[in-house]
Amino acid sequence: MTATTTAHDDTAHDTHGAHVTNTGLSNEKVAMWAFLGSECLLFGALISTYLLYRGRSVSGPLPKDIYDIPYTSVSSFVLLMSSVTMVLALAAVQRGDERRNRVWLTATALLGASFVAGQVYEFTSFIREGLTIKTNLFGSSFYVLTGFHGVHVTLGIVMLLSLVSMSLRGRLTKERSEVVEIVGLYWHFVDVVWIVIFTVVYLIP
Amino acid sequence: MTTVLEPDTDTTDAVEAPAAPGGGLMRRPRRITGALSWFTTIDHKRIGILYGVTSFTFFLLGGIEALLLRLQLARPNGNVLSAEMYNQLFTMHGTTMVFLVVMPLSAAFANYLIPLMIGARDVAFPRLNAFSYWCFLLGGSFLYSSFFLGGAPDGGWFGYAPNTSITFSPGHNIDFWVFGLQILGVASTTGAVNLIVTALNMRAPGMTLLRMPIFVWMSLVAQFLTLFALPVITIALFLLMFDRLFGANFFNPGAGGDPVLWQHLFWIFGHPEVYILILPAMGIVSEIIPVFARKPLFGYAVMVFSGVAIGFMGWGVWVHHMFSVGLGPYAVSAFSVSTMFIAVPTGVKIFNWLGTLWGGSLRFTTPMLFAVGFIAMFTIGGLSGVTHAISPHDRQQTDTYYVVAHFHYVLFGGALFGLMGGFYYWWPKVFGHMLSDRIGKVHFWLWFLGFNLTFGPMHILGLQGMPRRIDTYAEKMGFDAWNMVATVGAFVIALSVLVFLVNVAVSRKNRTVATADPWDGRTLEWSIPSPSPYYNFADVPQVHSLDEWWHRKYTEDDSGRLVRLPEQPPEPRLATDEEVARIHLPSPSYFPLIAAFGLPVMAYGMMYKAYAVAVIGAVILIAAIYAWGFEPSAEPEESS
Repeated sequence: MTATTTAHDDTAHDTHGAHVTNTGLSNEKVAMWAFLGSECLLFGALISTYLLYRGRSVSGPLPKDIYDIPYTSVSSFVLLMSSVTMVLALAAVQRGDERRNRVWLTATALLGASFVAGQVYEFTSFIREGLTIKTNLFGSSFYVLTGFHGVHVTLGIVMLLSLVSMSLRGRLTKERSEVVEIVGLYWHFVDVVWIVIFTVVYLIP
Repeated sequence: MTTVLEPDTDTTDAVEAPAAPGGGLMRRPRRITGALSWFTTIDHKRIGILYGVTSFTFFLLGGIEALLLRLQLARPNGNVLSAEMYNQLFTMHGTTMVFLVVMPLSAAFANYLIPLMIGARDVAFPRLNAFSYWCFLLGGSFLYSSFFLGGAPDGGWFGYAPNTSITFSPGHNIDFWVFGLQILGVASTTGAVNLIVTALNMRAPGMTLLRMPIFVWMSLVAQFLTLFALPVITIALFLLMFDRLFGANFFNPGAGGDPVLWQHLFWIFGHPEVYILILPAMGIVSEIIPVFARKPLFGYAVMVFSGVAIGFMGWGVWVHHMFSVGLGPYAVSAFSVSTMFIAVPTGVKIFNWLGTLWGGSLRFTTPMLFAVGFIAMFTIGGLSGVTHAISPHDRQQTDTYYVVAHFHYVLFGGALFGLMGGFYYWWPKVFGHMLSDRIGKVHFWLWFLGFNLTFGPMHILGLQGMPRRIDTYAEKMGFDAWNMVATVGAFVIALSVLVFLVNVAVSRKNRTVATADPWDGRTLEWSIPSPSPYYNFADVPQVHSLDEWWHRKYTEDDSGRLVRLPEQPPEPRLATDEEVARIHLPSPSYFPLIAAFGLPVMAYGMMYKAYAVAVIGAVILIAAIYAWGFEPSAEPEESS
């Protein structure tokens, strides 16, 4: 890990092309990785809580009474596909194809929004069937864990739409494609966490 | 809050940062001197000073709370405080000292020193740095506003659920704690990301990881611990918040909720937190001792690796806070062993400090006294800590004053001694004048005496069986004499803090001007003028070795004796006007303060169930973040 030459005349705000840092990664990217490390512990603590409380509710309704696993599988598939469109968006902006970048970013946001809409529908139908956050331990841990994830997806959508608006104003060029990559890191992380949550919450009987 | 403080560096003319092209509606503030500029500053050194002043103010508040507690306990059947007030004060004392004093005081040193020590011009994200500070100030103020809004938190700094659930704590007291700590968590986490990126990415040419000053290393480990430990308590607080506000059942035993879950989550955070508190102070002591022993730090690499080892092992010992819960013999045995084991890297550090002192030409200046005091007091605290690894002994001592004695020996005898030494050591670099060594020694000896008078007897009280967190005790329990001694000791500590404040005032008036390198230091911050200029380095340093600055001044002859190099480094200099014009530093910004302001607004809105207010807070936060993202930088087309 040896040193570099000129970066230190302008601290983090090196605008003359790529960042020159000790690790070779930009400050923004290292920061996103660090933040995602922190997020792992947030989700880890929530998932542990859910696992600890599995099967410990003293009253119903219980998971087997209300889950619609085919429905949630479809919405999970939608979310996972959004990672594919995210990759395509990054590839487009790295090629300098700003129009396709916008198309794929918008597609990613729409897929994410479909997932969130599916979650809203799922929550609504569960509440109709008599499961609220207050009902039992399952209700508390289910809504807080999946809702926490849903908020993350929503924030991701906001970031994606911000990127689209930057691109429309011509501020998201090939040279600045890294910001797409960094938002992509977040987006993929949120997707990967959903794989764990889907398995733990829905699939493990 | 007295956070606006004019540094001694201020000139009468307003200095402006390099102009931002563009401007328009989103024009960034330009002034970098004057009272108002403190609200928009993004200079890591001024933010460091803000952290220092604010956390010292909280230290005085937490100290006053401690004095009230000690007055109540001075005699049996005390009636200075009601039981309810006693609960609020010990809760606020603990919460304050952990979250509002030792953590941010370490952040003050880390902010000020890390860029200087690694040869950088600022931290990686200057505006995020300001945001962390404002979250800390506003989160702390939010917590303290509880005293005026119906009563302070009263569930202990550990806030065990379900005692803190709505059934047993129906008032808003605990809500202040739940939301206040979440805001402070935002401050610590963003600060941790920032400092980690800074240390990993922004080192000067030649400064490899194993040439980083030990303080930077210990802070780096502490920041990683912060990054990974804070989310765990955040989730615990989050669950408790859902229980209290929305009727969830996480800690409701009637619905199958498990109170032990809270304890696990809290202590999985709580034990790494102990190392978050102590590692930066260990780093400070490891900087002070080599300078005043005129020897390199003994076993630098081992010091680094033992610090990292503490960082990893700190995650595997949390259950020793829960030995009396009844987790069964296997859990207790495993955590007993891991607790004994973590004493090894800590012991390694103590022997390394002793090895550094051994054979050195020692100068007992005030910072050195605090550093040596640290070693002695921390060793006592460490040893009583090892006794807690023995679970039968631990069960005997659980919830007695023995535990209070133990953790004050590590957190006061350790962390605060180290941080206080850091004040005396770096004061000249920060403010350009020395603190009086004579008054400093009076401060040290009173502080040392008062500390031992207060907390030494608590070992005995605990062994005699005096429980902690009781607001009074009956006569003829054998507790009277030692409690009186402890109370007297507490007031001696208070006196020593007054002496420190007098020292600050007198030294400021006398202005013994500090040279750039008053202690004959070893690290890069001593290679620039005192007080440090806002751009830090006129010339970005080229680093060739550990203790770079020392090796520019000294070498060893054939028999290993220290000799001054014939050619000394040039006198530290300020940058010329032309050089200053070429140094690009980002302009100040309004938005970190505005964004941080959104958080307490959201918190008040949530806890009083005025959700419109909470939405307003969220809008402030989000709008400020967007404005921050799109405001022009000091340079065109820049993003951060």
